[in-house]
Amino acid sequence: MTASTLAPRPVSAGTAGATLEFRGLRRSFGATTALDGLDLSLEPGELLALLGPSGCGKTTALRMVAGFETPDAGHVLLDGADVTATPAHRRDVGMVFQSYSLFPHLSAADNVAFGMRMRGVPAARRRDRAQELLELVGLPTHGGRYPRQLSGGQQQRVALARALALEPRVLLLDEPLSALDAKVRQSLREEIRRLQLELGITTLFVTHDQEEALSMADRVAVMRDGRLEQCATPEELYNSPATPFVAGFVGTMNRLPGTLGADGARVEVLGTGRPVHGSLPGGRRTGAVDVLIRPEALSVGADPNGTALLVASSFLGATTRLTIRLDGGRTVLADVPSAGASTLPLGARVRLGLPERPVLIDQARNEETSA
Amino acid sequence: MALLTASRPHRGSRLGRTVSLSVAGVYFLVPLLCALAFTVGIGDARQTPSLGAYAAIFTTDGLAQSLGLSLVLAGATIVLVFGLLLPALLTVRLAAPRAKAVVAVVCMLPLVVPAVALGAGITTVLRWATDWLYDSPGFPLLAALQEPGFPVILVLAYTLMALPLAYTTLEAGLNAIDVKVLVEAARSCRASWFRTLFLVVLPNLREALLNTAFLTIALVIGEYAVSALLGFQPFAVWTVAISGSHAQLSVAVSLAGLIGTWLILLAVAKSGRSKAPKEKP
Repeated sequence: MTASTLAPRPVSAGTAGATLEFRGLRRSFGATTALDGLDLSLEPGELLALLGPSGCGKTTALRMVAGFETPDAGHVLLDGADVTATPAHRRDVGMVFQSYSLFPHLSAADNVAFGMRMRGVPAARRRDRAQELLELVGLPTHGGRYPRQLSGGQQQRVALARALALEPRVLLLDEPLSALDAKVRQSLREEIRRLQLELGITTLFVTHDQEEALSMADRVAVMRDGRLEQCATPEELYNSPATPFVAGFVGTMNRLPGTLGADGARVEVLGTGRPVHGSLPGGRRTGAVDVLIRPEALSVGADPNGTALLVASSFLGATTRLTIRLDGGRTVLADVPSAGASTLPLGARVRLGLPERPVLIDQARNEETSA
Repeated sequence: MALLTASRPHRGSRLGRTVSLSVAGVYFLVPLLCALAFTVGIGDARQTPSLGAYAAIFTTDGLAQSLGLSLVLAGATIVLVFGLLLPALLTVRLAAPRAKAVVAVVCMLPLVVPAVALGAGITTVLRWATDWLYDSPGFPLLAALQEPGFPVILVLAYTLMALPLAYTTLEAGLNAIDVKVLVEAARSCRASWFRTLFLVVLPNLREALLNTAFLTIALVIGEYAVSALLGFQPFAVWTVAISGSHAQLSVAVSLAGLIGTWLILLAVAKSGRSKAPKEKP
């Protein structure tokens, strides 16, 4: 997993975006709690990704900004003004939906111009602006086509142009790439990020795809069961996850068996002690725990007396992913430079090394495969 | 060998299609041809074949009035059907999906009520209401419902009878589009509810609306039982009434009505197709 290489962050000065703030948002659907006191804020011109599993409340939060959901409690603030009760059509936000949402009876140009038409912009100005926006999203010659004559990727580009047409203060993206194939998805996400930076528009992007979130966003907010687990830059989220859930949800994580010391500050893992980062969920102070380690943080060396066995190896280019079985039966993954991995034959006894920095721990699970 | 086995089902299906189409054609065309022969006097030794019955359509008293009444009633019925059904169906889609089953049952219920029973029921209710409201301020309203120039009571009855057809065609139209996403997309483009409905939702239901309107017109123009029981004389009742003294004219009017209906159907289908953009190449 790598973070974005698309653009510098944070956004440069002089951007046109607004601040967006969630204050204690709560929303329940019957017995299900979709949002349980969400507090979050976006800086002007920032692209923040809401990331989490299905049902974690990320889409509900986005729809509250759009005005399509009303919170049971809490407020949505746009540039400091409370817009919680403002109707959707007066919120000054643009939105791109997950499903293709173009108006089927209108051409691409008319779709882009629709919002301007609602605002009473003269026809000639609408036409020119729609053409400008279609050029901006790379579809300068597609204005006369109807949605059914466009591919999925083209439709989402037009939808993006339509959302940008009224120069909204906030752009909302509700999993806009999820219905597209991998190649189109990759190119469109680069396109969206380029446009967002170019226009400096504050953007809230909902996705369940961690790669998408990490590669596009200035910050990523990981949600779980209606609550915010962590909001941080992609690098921080990946390298210093605040909770075991974030650690497990973002990227691949090994669970190594360990023993938490009596003070709860150090853990014994693979025969060596390491300081503990954070505290154990649930508040227990000692005993068996799982130590969470990224595959690339493990070092592997051949050792006839080692406590693990190399069982599989996958060449990934610059790195090779080794599958290693610990003597206790657990399987862990290690990403090592390919040059070093070639010296380790399958079936060899190996020794695992840990990084010196503090490690994250979680409640022990009795799993054979931990990665 | 592979070629032979591949071609056999093709021939079989072609033969099957030809036979079934021929049988259906005979089933529909023979009565129509017989009716046509009757109207022009072919096969009747007592008269010379002529188009006199068709010429009489334009000169016979009562036709224009009855047809005009039927068309006005059809227009009012269409307005009422759309006014009732569109908000209900859109509300179900946008805000109350759990009510879908209830709305479906209510809309399909008139299918199981025979028109004669509906007419008899309305007659009974009107009689009862007359007795009860005779000296009350509600009586003029009751009288207005039964005004022969524009019997609102027939509009109400036709609306009930048209509900199953209208529900089916509008539901089909709504199923073809994602109403919720279109509405939300329009709202996020600053469209008010009114503009969302008239600029986004209804244009995408164009074909379903036209089909519903056409079916309602056909139903109202052909409806006899309720109108006759309530004592009004729209087109179908007039056609039956005239058949006693002008049998050929009555059948000629029916045939002309049928052809007119087909032409409207073709026009609706053509207008629906002409607006639909072609698929992505």
